[in-house]
Amino acid sequence: MSVFPFVVVAWILMVGLYGIITSRHLVHQIVCLIVVQSSTYVLLLAVGYKTGAVAPYFSDIPLNTPAVDPVVQALALTDVVVEAAVTALLVAFAIQAHKRFGTLDPEKLRQFQG
Amino acid sequence: MDTLLPLTVVVPLLGASGISALSPLFAHRRRLLDAVAILIAATVAAMLIIIVLGTAGGERVYWFAGFTPSHGVALGIDFAVDALNGGLAVLAALLVTAAMVFSWRYFERVSTYYHALMLVFLAGMVGFCLTGDIFDLFVWFELMGVAAYALTAYRIEERGPLQGALNFAITNSVGAYFSLSGIALIYGRTGALNMAQIGHAIAGHRPDGLIVVAFVLILSGLLTKGAIVPFHFWLADAHAVAPTPVCVLFSGVMVELGLYGVARVYWSMFGAGLGHRAAVTAALLVLGILTAVVGALFCFRQRHLKRLLAFSTINHAGLFLIGIALLTPLGLTGAAVYVIGHGLVKAALFLCVGIVLHRRGSVNETSLHGRGKQLRLTGVVFSLAALGLADLPPFALYLGAGWIGHSGDTCGMPWITAVIVGTSMLVGAAVLRVAGGVFYGLGDPPAEDPEMGEEASEETSETDEASSRVPLSMIVPPVVLVVLAGVVGLFPHLGAMVQAGALRLRDQGAYNATVLTGAHIASPTASMAAADTGVTLTDVATGAATAAGSLGAGPGVPLLAPPAAPAPGWGARDRAGGADPPLPEWSGQRLRDLDGARSGLPRRGAGAGHPMSRARPPRTA
Repeated sequence: MSVFPFVVVAWILMVGLYGIITSRHLVHQIVCLIVVQSSTYVLLLAVGYKTGAVAPYFSDIPLNTPAVDPVVQALALTDVVVEAAVTALLVAFAIQAHKRFGTLDPEKLRQFQG
Repeated sequence: MDTLLPLTVVVPLLGASGISALSPLFAHRRRLLDAVAILIAATVAAMLIIIVLGTAGGERVYWFAGFTPSHGVALGIDFAVDALNGGLAVLAALLVTAAMVFSWRYFERVSTYYHALMLVFLAGMVGFCLTGDIFDLFVWFELMGVAAYALTAYRIEERGPLQGALNFAITNSVGAYFSLSGIALIYGRTGALNMAQIGHAIAGHRPDGLIVVAFVLILSGLLTKGAIVPFHFWLADAHAVAPTPVCVLFSGVMVELGLYGVARVYWSMFGAGLGHRAAVTAALLVLGILTAVVGALFCFRQRHLKRLLAFSTINHAGLFLIGIALLTPLGLTGAAVYVIGHGLVKAALFLCVGIVLHRRGSVNETSLHGRGKQLRLTGVVFSLAALGLADLPPFALYLGAGWIGHSGDTCGMPWITAVIVGTSMLVGAAVLRVAGGVFYGLGDPPAEDPEMGEEASEETSETDEASSRVPLSMIVPPVVLVVLAGVVGLFPHLGAMVQAGALRLRDQGAYNATVLTGAHIASPTASMAAADTGVTLTDVATGAATAAGSLGAGPGVPLLAPPAAPAPGWGARDRAGGADPPLPEWSGQRLRDLDGARSGLPRRGAGAGHPMSRARPPRTA
């Protein structure tokens, strides 16, 4: 298997992490978190990929046709669901922060030090 | 019989959805809502106790939808319960029950989703403990996480909870995605997601870089949950802002679950195949010691009671990790006993802080100085729990500390005892300083505190408060928890039983055989000789000395006193006698708001429109 997908995974992960660390805007930060998670989709699909294989639907093709791994796709789908829950919650927090305090800057929300 | 296993997560999940669906019905039946939630949590605890009592003959395994493995290939998802993970689940269910009982009177108004979220949180924790599938572990990890983030931001109308929850959610989510990347890599190598099957597949090959990378990635997520330095910074923020009953669960069991995950992943998946034992020990040991020291130092410097207890939890998380890092049966036994004792004692401490906050409207040690004198029973319980936290026998913690220390001795690291005693003493000193200052008025109140002038005007309200006793539903849970911690420590077969569980968790061969082929291997393999878990006089003496040292250093030594005068407005109270001095802008975030737990206060009508809105009248600066 080519090493290229894994380089892409590492790149997406690093870009997302950089964004989370440097962001001064909650929505931007949340999107960066989604970017980090996207790296796991690519990784999962890359792990299950087989060159020259078809999608794993055997209704109209012979059963011995090489197919890509359906398990990783199920995992990626579960991953998407998890992300939807986390993102929805975080965006709700961001909306609340904007409504109540008129700011989306994480530093301005900070109350305690240490 | 093993149909009980799935019910431990199905019941709380169904309960949570039922409560959410029927929330209009519960709108004016607060007590019914509380009772239903307590009943569900207690039922889960009872089911788990029954399950754990039946694990003497090895893991009890349940395959969802009947997908049992064939020829060593696991297609389905399983729950595999042994004494250790089952015991941890029991602890979680007990603490949820205690927290729900405490909430009965603690919250003046509470919305149905608080109960629903607590039950989802319980289901997440139990599922995380019991699952035998690594991807399932990730899903439970996230379910537990989402419920925890939402509970942290329960008082979403305030600045602190929003910030704490965002910090918590982002840190833990990033950790979870690291774990998921590791899981994907290990799946790519082994083609399996069942932990037993992965362990079997790895054991057959020479370990290579990919296995090591996957191991490190999976661990980094779990260590984030375990609040191990450098992944610890979310914990104090989340603790400071979450409602007190939720803090009980965060400190008492959620952090420990991350460390259980480390043990489970190491021994069920990587133990035989990974190799590099010395490197794993060294890495985890360094992290554990660093965490213990950082936690203890920050703990001692705190004046905010909840943050102080949160840093004490970080210290203990480090000590648990040290126990696991030794990779010995005795070290794991010590860590397990330590977790049980710490969970009970720390929960009691948080509940006592909750009572103080409820009665005195502050969690600031400085402004609370001597104001807890009327809360006699709370003071006694808090002091006992603090002594237990400082390893005083017979509370179970001294056994855990002693066994980890012994295990360190046999591994040629006698200084581990010094680390444990030193950091425990510092943490114990901080908590005992609070006990002495708040409940007995010991020591000098810091004079430079700007709030002290206000103190005198509030004296009149104290008599009123003193006459109203602490509600039974608030004081009984901490009393029961502290007594339980003592009883567990006095239980004669504790060491042998927990060590049997620890040996079982470490026994990868037996785990694989039980999960993958349904074999019944009753006892741990004979090759692993059990270490002595007797209680020596040295243990008792060390524990007592630690507690005594804490007592000496806590209320006594002025040199060690932390910087007083925290942020202005901390614990300023506006509740007494209607005095409402004009306050600057930041007053809206003051700690008295932090729990929204101010029943029977003069302002109760102010925010009655919405169940979420706490009494906070508009102020002018």
